[in-house]
Amino acid sequence: MPTFVYMTRCDGCGYCVDICPSDIMHIDDTWRRAYNLEPDMCWECYSCVKACPMHAIDVRGYADFCPLGHAVRVHRDEEEGIIAWRIKFRSGRIKDLVAPITTKPWGKFIPNLREVAPPTDEQRKSQLLFNEPKYIRLDDGDLYTLESQGLKMRQGVYY
Amino acid sequence: MITTNPFAGLAEYGITPGMMMAFVILMVLAVVVGTALDVLHKKSHKYFFEHEERMKKLATRELSSAEKTSMLIQTITSEVLTSSEFHNPKRRLAHLLKMYGFVLFVLSSAVLIFAYPTTADAPFWAFLWHLGAIMVAIGGYWFFFSLRVDVQSEGNKWWNLKKRDLFIVSLLATVTFGLLWSLFGTVVLFALFIISTAVLFGSVYWSKFAHMFFKPAAAYQKRKLMADGSRENLPPFYKRAEVLDQSTMDLVRDIPKDQKFGLCIMKDEPKHY
Ligand code: SF4
Ligand code: SF4
Repeated sequence: MPTFVYMTRCDGCGYCVDICPSDIMHIDDTWRRAYNLEPDMCWECYSCVKACPMHAIDVRGYADFCPLGHAVRVHRDEEEGIIAWRIKFRSGRIKDLVAPITTKPWGKFIPNLREVAPPTDEQRKSQLLFNEPKYIRLDDGDLYTLESQGLKMRQGVYY
Repeated sequence: MITTNPFAGLAEYGITPGMMMAFVILMVLAVVVGTALDVLHKKSHKYFFEHEERMKKLATRELSSAEKTSMLIQTITSEVLTSSEFHNPKRRLAHLLKMYGFVLFVLSSAVLIFAYPTTADAPFWAFLWHLGAIMVAIGGYWFFFSLRVDVQSEGNKWWNLKKRDLFIVSLLATVTFGLLWSLFGTVVLFALFIISTAVLFGSVYWSKFAHMFFKPAAAYQKRKLMADGSRENLPPFYKRAEVLDQSTMDLVRDIPKDQKFGLCIMKDEPKHY
């Protein structure tokens, strides 16, 4: 379900332009407001919907999911570290979904790539991706198990 | 210098006080007509009231007139007077400079032209006129060269002008030529000042000048819709600790309540260009 902008709510801050991985959120030539210039190319990642501080971006629901009178709205609260969605169905039924933001700082859990040694020639030619998690690698022995890696199955996490 | 009334010397160019006053009245009319045409063309009022009606159906409670008055006052003291809608503090500061500078500039121009048309010695109002112009110039050039979304996020060069730049360019031209004319006093600079002023106030229909009338109305409407329960369909604003406590997922419940995660985009600005 691609996104669209309520131009009257947008204040042209550019957060959606910065964040869109598909580079399709752009600034209109006449009003300096954002718009999704190629909804067909939208990854539907909703980064822009969550990033917009003015709640100006919405999701265009597919007809089978929520035809007419639907709403898919999100509030992303950086101070509280919360992302909350409200899905309103055509019948008026409402579903609220809430999740904590768990963005990690660069360099702590996410490698700070500037400080990582560049790959060797051998690594470049390898079939393996950079930093491929070792428990999905089959090249040095058998399949890894949760136990052998000291991991535990927990509700809400699916390895 | 900045306490001298720049309009006092206009007789030199054969411009009478009456002509200046007529020009000011013409500009006021241009703004009124331009805004009215803008509303008719974009049908902003239609959208505005339709949205309110649609949201009214979702309201869970009726707002009392005392609440509405208090919201109106909050809108004026917060969104209007302190530009609180901007999340980016730099844009907010630049906007405040431009807004207060513009108010000072317009107000003092009117007072100087109507009350002191031939008196060079009007230090208070002349000072406000220069101060207003300088404030607009600081906020405006800051916005124009670095804060404009087309420059900051789109990576366009500042000289790549589009229709959307009509307002800021004519505003900057007005205060810049006004200040230069006050400093050097040549007829060419005066002519450029008058032309840019005419473009600024005469282009309301095509530019975003009229935002100063629409934005407060939209901010007031937003406050009302958040308070009457319709919330423009937005979810409630949760507290992190409550969410972590009430979650049914171990993964979420295990997150320490005071754990701060990484910076998000509002604090950690992207820099691609
Ligand atoms: S949903 Fe993702 S891909 Fe689509 S416009 Fe928004 S940021 Fe871009
Ligand atoms: S993030 Fe929202 S307010 Fe900012 S430019 Fe995009 S749509 Fe407009």
